[in-house]
Amino acid sequence: MPRRNDIKKILIIGSGPIIISQACEFDYSGTQACKALREEGYEVVLINSNPATIMTDPEMANRTYIEPITPEMVARVIEKERPDALLPTLGGQTGLNVAIKVADMGVLDRFGVEMIAASASVIRKAEDRDLFREAMRNIGLRIPRSGIARHMDDVRRIAAGIGYPLIVRPSFTLGGTGGGVAYNREDLEKMAASGLDLSMINEVMLEESVIGWKEYELEVMRDVKDNVVIICSIENFDPMGIHTGDSITVAPAQTLTDREYQMMRDAAIAIIREIGVETGGSNIQFAVNPENGEMVVIEMNPRVSRSSALASKATGFPIAKIAAKLAVGYTLDEIPNDITRETMASFEPTIDYCVVKIPRWTFEKFPGAEDYLTTAMKSVGETMAIGRTFKEALQKGLRSLEIGRYGWGADGKDSYERNRSLPPMAEIEEKLRIPNSQRIFYIRYAMLAGLDTKKIHELTRIDPWFLENMRQILDMELNIRSADKKLTEDLLRRAKKTGFSDYQLGYLTGQTEDEIRSQREKADIKPVYKLVDTCAAEFEAYTPYYYSTYEVEDESRLSERPRVMILGGGPNRIGQGIEFDYCCVHASFALREEGYESIMVNSNPETVSTDYDTSDKLYFEPLTREDILNIIAKEKPIGVIVQFGGQTPLNLAVPLARAGVRIMGTSPDSIDRAEDRKRFQAMLQKLGLKQPSNGTATAREEALAVARSIGYPVVMRPSYVLGGRAMRIIYDDRDLEDFFESAVRASSEHPVLIDKFLEDAVEIDVDAVSDGQETIIGGIMEHIEEAGIHSGDSACVLPPHTLSLDLIARIKKDTKAMAKELNVIGLMNVQYAIKDTDIYVLEVNPRASRTVPFVSKTTGIPLAKVATKVMIGKTLRELGLTAEKEIGHIAVKEAVFPFDRFPGVDTLLGPEMRSTGEVMGIDESFGLAFAKSQLAAGQNLPLSGTVFISVRDKDKMAVLPVAQKLANIGFKTLATRGTAAFLASNGITCETVHKVSEGRPHVVDHVKNGAIQLVINTSLGASTTRDSYKIRRATLDYRISYTTTIAGARAIAAAIEAMLQKKLQVSPVQEYHGLQSDAELKTGMGLNPV
Amino acid sequence: MKALIALEDGRIFSGRSFTGRGEIYGEIVFNTSMTGYQEILTDPSYKGQIVTMTYPLIGNYGINSEDMESRRIQVEAFIVKEYQGVPSNWRSTQTLKDFLERYNVLGIEDVDTRALTRHIRLAGAMKGVISTEDLDPASLIKKAKDSPGLVGRDMVRKVTCSAPYIWEDRPIEKAAAPKGNALRVVALDYGIKFNILRCLKNTGCEVIVLPATASTHDILALEPDGIFLSNGPGDPAGIPGVVGTIRDLIGKKPIFGICLGHQLLGLAFGGRTYKLKFGHRGGNQPVKNLLTGRVEITAQNHGFCVDVSSLDEKEVEVTHVNLNDQTLEGMRHRHHPVFSVQYHPENAPGPHDAAYLFDQFAALMKERG
Repeated sequence: MPRRNDIKKILIIGSGPIIISQACEFDYSGTQACKALREEGYEVVLINSNPATIMTDPEMANRTYIEPITPEMVARVIEKERPDALLPTLGGQTGLNVAIKVADMGVLDRFGVEMIAASASVIRKAEDRDLFREAMRNIGLRIPRSGIARHMDDVRRIAAGIGYPLIVRPSFTLGGTGGGVAYNREDLEKMAASGLDLSMINEVMLEESVIGWKEYELEVMRDVKDNVVIICSIENFDPMGIHTGDSITVAPAQTLTDREYQMMRDAAIAIIREIGVETGGSNIQFAVNPENGEMVVIEMNPRVSRSSALASKATGFPIAKIAAKLAVGYTLDEIPNDITRETMASFEPTIDYCVVKIPRWTFEKFPGAEDYLTTAMKSVGETMAIGRTFKEALQKGLRSLEIGRYGWGADGKDSYERNRSLPPMAEIEEKLRIPNSQRIFYIRYAMLAGLDTKKIHELTRIDPWFLENMRQILDMELNIRSADKKLTEDLLRRAKKTGFSDYQLGYLTGQTEDEIRSQREKADIKPVYKLVDTCAAEFEAYTPYYYSTYEVEDESRLSERPRVMILGGGPNRIGQGIEFDYCCVHASFALREEGYESIMVNSNPETVSTDYDTSDKLYFEPLTREDILNIIAKEKPIGVIVQFGGQTPLNLAVPLARAGVRIMGTSPDSIDRAEDRKRFQAMLQKLGLKQPSNGTATAREEALAVARSIGYPVVMRPSYVLGGRAMRIIYDDRDLEDFFESAVRASSEHPVLIDKFLEDAVEIDVDAVSDGQETIIGGIMEHIEEAGIHSGDSACVLPPHTLSLDLIARIKKDTKAMAKELNVIGLMNVQYAIKDTDIYVLEVNPRASRTVPFVSKTTGIPLAKVATKVMIGKTLRELGLTAEKEIGHIAVKEAVFPFDRFPGVDTLLGPEMRSTGEVMGIDESFGLAFAKSQLAAGQNLPLSGTVFISVRDKDKMAVLPVAQKLANIGFKTLATRGTAAFLASNGITCETVHKVSEGRPHVVDHVKNGAIQLVINTSLGASTTRDSYKIRRATLDYRISYTTTIAGARAIAAAIEAMLQKKLQVSPVQEYHGLQSDAELKTGMGLNPV
Repeated sequence: MKALIALEDGRIFSGRSFTGRGEIYGEIVFNTSMTGYQEILTDPSYKGQIVTMTYPLIGNYGINSEDMESRRIQVEAFIVKEYQGVPSNWRSTQTLKDFLERYNVLGIEDVDTRALTRHIRLAGAMKGVISTEDLDPASLIKKAKDSPGLVGRDMVRKVTCSAPYIWEDRPIEKAAAPKGNALRVVALDYGIKFNILRCLKNTGCEVIVLPATASTHDILALEPDGIFLSNGPGDPAGIPGVVGTIRDLIGKKPIFGICLGHQLLGLAFGGRTYKLKFGHRGGNQPVKNLLTGRVEITAQNHGFCVDVSSLDEKEVEVTHVNLNDQTLEGMRHRHHPVFSVQYHPENAPGPHDAAYLFDQFAALMKERG
């Protein structure tokens, strides 16, 4: 069946900000879908609030709405654009949920919009537990015993029927938020109550526990003619009981016979048919009893998912692209397989390697959050590794994780190893029994401590097959260790085949990594590169997607064109996410435009950068020195780009340069000059620029002395870290002592940096691009929260809204002076603090920053592309970028936090970054843009009701105008005694409410009772009181708008006022940028190259 | 123990035996199924062949008592990337190594199986020798060249049953009972896979298996409602006698053929068969059913193929084609109740998409009975 001609315009809903359980994978799928549909000649309209996505690049869709993904805003887009169809299955759970709401509102009917791929009723059948259970019963499949509860009485009754342990799953939430395993009544009461609250439909399912059963996933695709294929099977290393997003997973399934696999395949096909997903991909999860093979269905996602992204990268089959084509009427046998060209998409990929995905957690960012894993996902990213054996893939995956490990232990990188000791048996057993982020390493300790596979299996329920393979890694380790420096060629070769890194081998044999490398090179033990081709070599493959292994035949082909290698960012973690992947993708596009061959190296399966058609060549490899040097030895690129992938590649700049690799753009020496305290200080002095008084210290006593001489408060942090890891504001000696140990642990090689903390300063972020001669400012952003809150966590506005023209001119001048002095070629980011009229330089980073995509989306200037072209020798003038762009609109970037995943964690912001993602609000005024940013971030600003105000004494004067404004527009005011007295004496009528410590009913009771709609509660850094913590946590739990800063309060008041004056409107970015033609969009958003 | 694999075109691959010593020749082919090694090992169609698995980790779930496709291992030798010696599966009763050793079949690991597969894809399936005894490449290459190969050779006689048997849940050598109400199928055993017999039985048929050499008279004497032509090894053109028998049967009873049975039927229809470059072996081959327009993902295992242009369009209708290379996958006679497929609707290993063909056979028998 050919494409449908009755539809012309298609609306795609994106997934919004990066949050835990919804990350770059939906940019990957959305981008593929946009490309696929435009390729077919459809007009694509997109809505996504996340500016850091490739899909929101103005050339990806015809009309791109960077607007909040709420039913109302989507309805407005529909009203304005009148699309023929809505494709809801590519924007994760967010896209699906919003699509359903829009359908329920009657908007689709009113404007004659057809929901394609999956209708509202299909989505409901898959997502609603009752309907799903009934559907499974119809086709004779079993799902775990369960019941649906809508209030606590139901909960207790159903639980009595199922027994403990049981699983609590709220319906219609993201990634199982609020769910968990209840081992007893007490657990149940807590979890069910929060689950009912979090569920969009106030419903939880209580379910028979199949904890410890083997867990599998199948990725299924169906076309309009009812052809169904399975793209990939996945076996979870961690059995049932841990969210699949928090499980190590392996593709393909390893421990099913064909008979069992085919039963599961039959079930998956029956399910997709019964649920009725018309076209596209679905993910179906199964649990299998390891004792007797009994199979139950766990759930189905009628959309592309994180697992589909993984399956796409694991097999080479572009699920989202094909799903988009199926949605417009093509059938599987009509769509060519890009990889083989000669075959069609109607086949099932078969793979000839083993894929291991490992989640990346960041528990260290959330003090108070316990490191244990359940059915609610907590990881913020993941890495994937490909090997010819499970052992090789597992070790590659572990060294890709960016947690400082070089494989499965044996690297001297934890305290037990350094001391050649083992944890106590009780600790080992506990770490095996209760799943946690370190369990994989504790399995090694358990083996070293003499536990046999059977015992480890009993404790972990991990399949013995995996454990036995790990034991083989350990056996190899022990062999190597006993060989010491007499590592024979044969043993070395076998060690490499088992996935050991040179670093591990060096550690085990008392040599350096380089000594191992040179022994390897002498013996000609080098990795070969094999293709990911969907067909296990049965057909010739054309897509150059490679992984390394230690075997005989190398398949990589070198082209004649000059090659440039881009190092990606590795797994997402807080501080390093999609923004950097965005930049890497742009670098690749720019290189291709300029006729260079782009070679991407990355290990993150969620990303657009690891899509096989983003670059000319893709190496799915760990981003370690060894792995990169191996690829360089093979490819001999003219240079390597390290400045786009965030800290991961940047940390490799110096080691690579020392190994003789040419680093493109700004030199490693300049990078060092900006990073090294002393050299940086010297440069600022030379340029006559100011920085906050500061010092460094390597020991506690020294730190105390420095802090006292600078004067409290000070900001302390370890050097060479991204995302403000362990950075804290220190108010006194006690704070300092308290802090010092953890900072040193964060980075022992580097000293602790101590800066004067500029209280109440305005923080400014500048992104600029330079060709070594000219520097053009991409954007100046003013943070809404005052200095002291990590720039990644702070909302910011572009252009600045409170700075004088004079200050702006001085900021530009200073930025250009530093770019020149550092001889920046490419991107540069500067952070300033403005106190009164003084400008202080906080830091300079001669690399892509987190704000590059936001600046590009706001101004229309593709900074990362421009920077790439500059790096290969173009001048800014040649590229048509000769002046800063003046814009007539305002954009606000707001951060999005994962606090709801970490019960008990304080939500107060500080210098350590904790946000996972960002959204953008764009409009004609600050108030409207800020309102949109809040809406997009999930903060529903009230338009009426009661505001609760409780501020520190020093903030009282500042809060007055805000309180006045809110009162004027009709808000009732509630305040604690001190604040109330102050407000009353200034003519603002307000009621008094108890602090938590003052007896009941207190403010938290009011929050819980719904008597408060907005909370303004400022607090003093480290010495937060118990009171304010309880308020913050309650506002989070009850989803009430709150702010902890005066600046934030000011912005919220402005936004509410703006929304009361004018209904929010939607406009595509193409209109903001004034771009019309396709050519303009393609050649760089309106730049005029000479 | 070190082992060498030598191909007739001079290419050498090295590996290690995980089953002890030995030397064996055969045609080297690859199979892309990620599961189902036990079924593959015991599939009689592999007689004369050395099978390489493209999936690198083999042995993971051990060997069980149920997934046998014949009474013994049939492949000449087995090549994998990494043998998994500690299996994990609730049905597993022994390791792959023990199973291979019991039948004295060589298992070789630590081979760059992807390189070997690519070589076969580019150069075609070819004769090869594996040895742990003779590690001289030149000598091995000569042995490979001198080995007999499959073209024109009758491999069926090595795998067909020596006496008729009845299929219950296993082969039982006894005389057929008088014909009852159940549909009676006589299956001609050119190397039949047990799962075909299981599938026929599951559709309610009584199944009597006869040796490949059974005469038309012997077959019809059993009063079958239908005749089944089984899969089997080797070159269809190398098997004496059977095509004539099939030609005699056409029009007399409903006939269903699978794989070699389909090729023999092609010859009986007056067509030709030819050798594919490297064949189809795996569980992911897309086949389009031209009668319904639907795509089936199928299990396949064949090195020879019926040349579609050699068939008389007026007599024979093409019903299925392979979407990867457009080769013939299924046909039916326009006038007689005869149909066949090149692929394996009985799967084992492989997807169940085409299982409907057994029902179709049963329906045809009822209709004509």
